[in-house]
Amino acid sequence: MTGRPSTGTMVISAVVALLVLLPAFGSDFFIDFVMTRTMMLGLAASTIVFLSAYGGMVSLAQWLIFGVSGFMIGNAVAEAGHGLKLGWNPWVAVIFALGIATAVAFVLGALSARTIGIYYLMLTLTYAVIGFLFFGQVTTFSGFGGVTGLDPPGFFLDHPKRLYYAGVVLSVIAYVTFRAVARTSFGIALQGIRDDPVRMSSLGFNVPMHRMLAFTLAGFVAAIAGVLNVWWNGQIDPTSISIGPTLDLLIIAVIGGIAHLEGAWLGAFVFVAANNYLRDLPLVDNIGITEARFNTVIGALVLLIMVLSPDGLMGIIEKVRAAGRRVLGGPTGPTTAAPEPRLRRTSS
Amino acid sequence: MTIGDAGPVEHPTEPFLQQRAWVRHIPAVAIGAPVAFAVLWILFFARGTSAGAAVSEPGEFFVAFLNGVTLAGLLFVVASGFTLIFGLMRTVNMAHGSLFLLAAYIGIDLQKQMVGKTRNINADDVSILQWVVPMLVGAAVVAVIGVVMQQVFLRWNQGEELRQALITLAISVILADQMLREFGGLAQTMVWPGRVTHFIDIFGQRYATSRLFMLGVALLVGALLWLWLNKTRMGMVIRAGVDDQDMVRALGINITLVFAATFFVGAFLAGMGGAMGASFAGASTGADGAWLLNSLVVVIIGGLGSVKGALAGSLLYGMVLALSPVYLPSEYAFYSIIFTFVLLALVLAVRPYGLFGKVESA
Repeated sequence: MTGRPSTGTMVISAVVALLVLLPAFGSDFFIDFVMTRTMMLGLAASTIVFLSAYGGMVSLAQWLIFGVSGFMIGNAVAEAGHGLKLGWNPWVAVIFALGIATAVAFVLGALSARTIGIYYLMLTLTYAVIGFLFFGQVTTFSGFGGVTGLDPPGFFLDHPKRLYYAGVVLSVIAYVTFRAVARTSFGIALQGIRDDPVRMSSLGFNVPMHRMLAFTLAGFVAAIAGVLNVWWNGQIDPTSISIGPTLDLLIIAVIGGIAHLEGAWLGAFVFVAANNYLRDLPLVDNIGITEARFNTVIGALVLLIMVLSPDGLMGIIEKVRAAGRRVLGGPTGPTTAAPEPRLRRTSS
Repeated sequence: MTIGDAGPVEHPTEPFLQQRAWVRHIPAVAIGAPVAFAVLWILFFARGTSAGAAVSEPGEFFVAFLNGVTLAGLLFVVASGFTLIFGLMRTVNMAHGSLFLLAAYIGIDLQKQMVGKTRNINADDVSILQWVVPMLVGAAVVAVIGVVMQQVFLRWNQGEELRQALITLAISVILADQMLREFGGLAQTMVWPGRVTHFIDIFGQRYATSRLFMLGVALLVGALLWLWLNKTRMGMVIRAGVDDQDMVRALGINITLVFAATFFVGAFLAGMGGAMGASFAGASTGADGAWLLNSLVVVIIGGLGSVKGALAGSLLYGMVLALSPVYLPSEYAFYSIIFTFVLLALVLAVRPYGLFGKVESA
């Protein structure tokens, strides 16, 4: 990475600059309900992409870790209602929640470290559903009513734009960190494991340990997203971590492109925007698609993406760029020296 | 540069985080203790539980045991369809639960039409035929849907496991939304035939014969499945295909036809399970996800692709589901969900690919 920055870096810098300036001209509704949610969901989805693109593990447990962190905030902060009602300082609660959620990620990661490919997807899905049932049934921590009336720390209270900026800053940090981790010896070994676990094992690398640590790191980031979510929502209940939202997070990663970190935020934006604005489109009413049929539209979108371009929207963008370069006769070939993540197709 | 003076080979990087030998022995040590404790607890102590110790309250134990076995029957019917499809085609059918729920709704509607009442159907109104026909029709409809799904969306990307899982996931999202539109969000039940809804006496406890009937249906399904897989030519081809697909192809067998037939049977089993589940616990929004989870737990415990594993997994999981709520101290009974996780953890710690699963290249 010497000389002038690559096109990709420039595009991403421009997008970040746009995100920073956005509150100056976007409406309050757009910032609070579309962009803040995009940042939170993108941050959570980026952990799926990180594990999948660099580790070959497609995890459905990320939303569970996200939820565990939220429930721990709820239990620590709330003074009345359900849960433990500890009534702690909100910042102490953050440390507590991140600690517990990361510990849960560590245990789950250790348990699934020897599982690969499609098995990983199924195993983590069972974790997610068991976690949902756990918080639904165990009234010590929540029960089906959930934990409500949670205020964010005073700094964010009644300042939705500050929460938005927190989302942007944390997203940028997570993005840079994930890219940096991929270049360390740990990250390179992880990608080796993604490509050929048997060979890496023969070379003396501890394959399960790498998988477990990667899962723990991803869990930590998902837990941060979970904290933001509780601050934004003011409450958390088990339905919000049931199987539907769990699959939605994977859908977000798939829409954006499960082999591209940037795709997580792009997918989150498409998902949230569709959720908010689908009913406003002039034609959709005529074909019987109303707000209530949102899931059918999202399902059809994912089906279309998986049939036509399994690499998602980022994959489509790359194809268009490659075609543009061919037409314009510009420089071809790889533009960055970064290790390129790719979609893992088979496990054997 | 001759070979002789190459000197000691230097690795560019030291292997990071090497495997330690003692780590591998932890699982084996840790597994015996909890199992032994659970058995002793149920047999002799079980203080403060709703059932009481098995030696002093054999009736309670027997009822819980029967609940476990009958539930295992239903689990087996559903999960064997899931594992059959995966075993042959390596396709994880995330829409398995959706097929289960769709067949349940179709069965319920058809039963209403056959009985001629739309609500308050009594078990006495329902003949055996008015239960069996809706079940078979519902199962057949979803089996056809399953084959269409396989032919349109899965046939051409065989071997791309993740892509196939995501395609079936998208289909399950669409199906769930459309079922909510068509059948509403309220729970509905299919009614057991009147001939099988009695109570019998077991050690002084009343026990519903409908549950035993369900077990009987499950055993019949299991026996037919065994005969099909072990005594017919197609079953032989399927078993061969599970082991070595390329060899089966090379022998000139039309494996695409076998794939379609397997998908038909797998989806049919989900559909039969749907009708049984709708009679046993009702059908409502969310049952699709719940039964996808149940199928997953069973096959992860038993080993993906193995029908024998599905049987073992169903029994273990059914037992845990039935025993854990009644043998936990009453005030902690809501923690029973943890035991599903404990069961998974114990099995995976020892056998990452399930009890009867084949070891993949890892």
